[in-house]
Amino acid sequence: MQYINLLYILSTVLLIIGLRRLSSPATAAKGNIIAACGMGLAILVAMFDPIENDQGNYALIIITLAIGSVLGLVFSKKVAMTAIPELVSLFNGFGGACAVAISIIEVYNFDAATSIGARATTYMALFIGGVAFTGSLIAYGKLSGKVNDWRSGISSYFNLIWLALCLGLIGYEVVAMGQIEYLPLIILAVSLIYGFTFVLPIGGADMPVVISLLNAFTGIAAALAGIVYDNMVMLLGGILVGSSGTILTVLMCQAMNRSLINVIVGGFGGSTASAAGGPEGEVKETTANDTGIMMRYATNVMVIPGYGMAVAQAQKACKELDKSLTERGVNVNYAIHPVAGRMPGHMNVLLAEADVPYNKLIDLDDANAMLSDTDVCLVVGANDVVNPSALDDPGSPIYGMPVLEILKSKNVIVLKRSMNKGYSGIENPLFFHDKTKMLFGDAKATIEKLNEEVKSMD
Amino acid sequence: MLEILDYLKDNVLTINLWIITIYLGFEVISKVPTVLHTPLMSGSNAISGIVIIGAIILVRQSASDDYLSLAIGGLGIILGTINVVGGHAVTNRMLEMFKKK
Repeated sequence: MQYINLLYILSTVLLIIGLRRLSSPATAAKGNIIAACGMGLAILVAMFDPIENDQGNYALIIITLAIGSVLGLVFSKKVAMTAIPELVSLFNGFGGACAVAISIIEVYNFDAATSIGARATTYMALFIGGVAFTGSLIAYGKLSGKVNDWRSGISSYFNLIWLALCLGLIGYEVVAMGQIEYLPLIILAVSLIYGFTFVLPIGGADMPVVISLLNAFTGIAAALAGIVYDNMVMLLGGILVGSSGTILTVLMCQAMNRSLINVIVGGFGGSTASAAGGPEGEVKETTANDTGIMMRYATNVMVIPGYGMAVAQAQKACKELDKSLTERGVNVNYAIHPVAGRMPGHMNVLLAEADVPYNKLIDLDDANAMLSDTDVCLVVGANDVVNPSALDDPGSPIYGMPVLEILKSKNVIVLKRSMNKGYSGIENPLFFHDKTKMLFGDAKATIEKLNEEVKSMD
Repeated sequence: MLEILDYLKDNVLTINLWIITIYLGFEVISKVPTVLHTPLMSGSNAISGIVIIGAIILVRQSASDDYLSLAIGGLGIILGTINVVGGHAVTNRMLEMFKKK
């Protein structure tokens, strides 16, 4: 028994070291492997831990572990790089569902001897796991474009009332100790519905933050289940994810210069005081031919990638254009806004996939310093991260958010399908600016055309 | 109320451990570059799959004719394993992209 506990401690330590290494670029890959080893060890120990009332059932355990592993590997290998954010959300939802599954069975195994503390803990695991489950499914739906934003003025009041209903029912059930037969199932249902209504009003652009928060919830549900099973590695691993997930959520909010409350209660795209009328002016369209010439004779070109590049799968075409320009003596760099795309780091992963060298990816502050020496800024499907309203319009919902100050450069070319607003639903005065020219069309096709133009000039 | 106080009194050591772990979680990732936010989120998401241990213990303690517990526990193991294995695998895929410079 003591050896078992030592092994559990060892796996806890591996999880901690793994998480620590994941937070530094040089050691992250190893950190992930160390954490996976800790997890594997914990699972092995849980299978052979001498527990009371052991019935075996090893065949079922091994089969289900195998099914889960195969499904997990298939999902993660097959997913397109652009769809990783929603996959992470889906995985998190499954973790929450696992917490729900074990809690509901534990609830039905309660007897008269079960203490109030154990009841309360199990129900909280059920509730938090349930919110993480359905909330993650909605976040998945929003990121993959299957669920639209739904927002109304009363949604936050409704959510508060619904939350009070969940907690009230749990409180009653814990104290009344199973007087009403179907109450646990009703509690399960209201918890699952709360997960839906909690995430539904939050804008799609805020989903990364929400996923991080829901991940922290899954951790807390795991920790609570750890108390139920009196299992150290579940308890400590869960608390570790709960607290690190919370701080990560806050850091992600800070990267967007927003508060967590602001995200949860709904910010972007909601009621905006100054949006009346919006920016107006003439939009200047340009051609691939003109843009090609401009880039061919530029000294410094800065590409600003956004989600549009991901959607159009334009990163490889962009790399080709980069190659043609570099061969002709043009410096090409990429300005990476920390929250460009749908997730922090999304653009780095995308461009790395297309073999763009790491040292060409310039982060926000350095990019802003370089922009005054830049001849052409090529904005590929980015909207909000280049919106100058963040700098000069105090009424804008994104006012104060750090953005790429691309108007410091000499010319701005925006690649866009249409004049639609960005993901956040905020109008962008950049498109109407004197320095800006629009190049409409599919980003991949447009960039390929630009590349042909550049090559044809030799 | 007294029950809660009693519980706290009897579990001082465990509660200490909780507090230290909460603090540890904060400290471990208090400084992380923005580009790592997504891989880190994905990695810690995989770790939250530790809840699978509960599902394994549940199945081990279920009677072999208690089909409801076995079915839901088995489903819990499948879902938890997808979270763990898929989470680590996708994190690894993301981080490999950063490696080749």
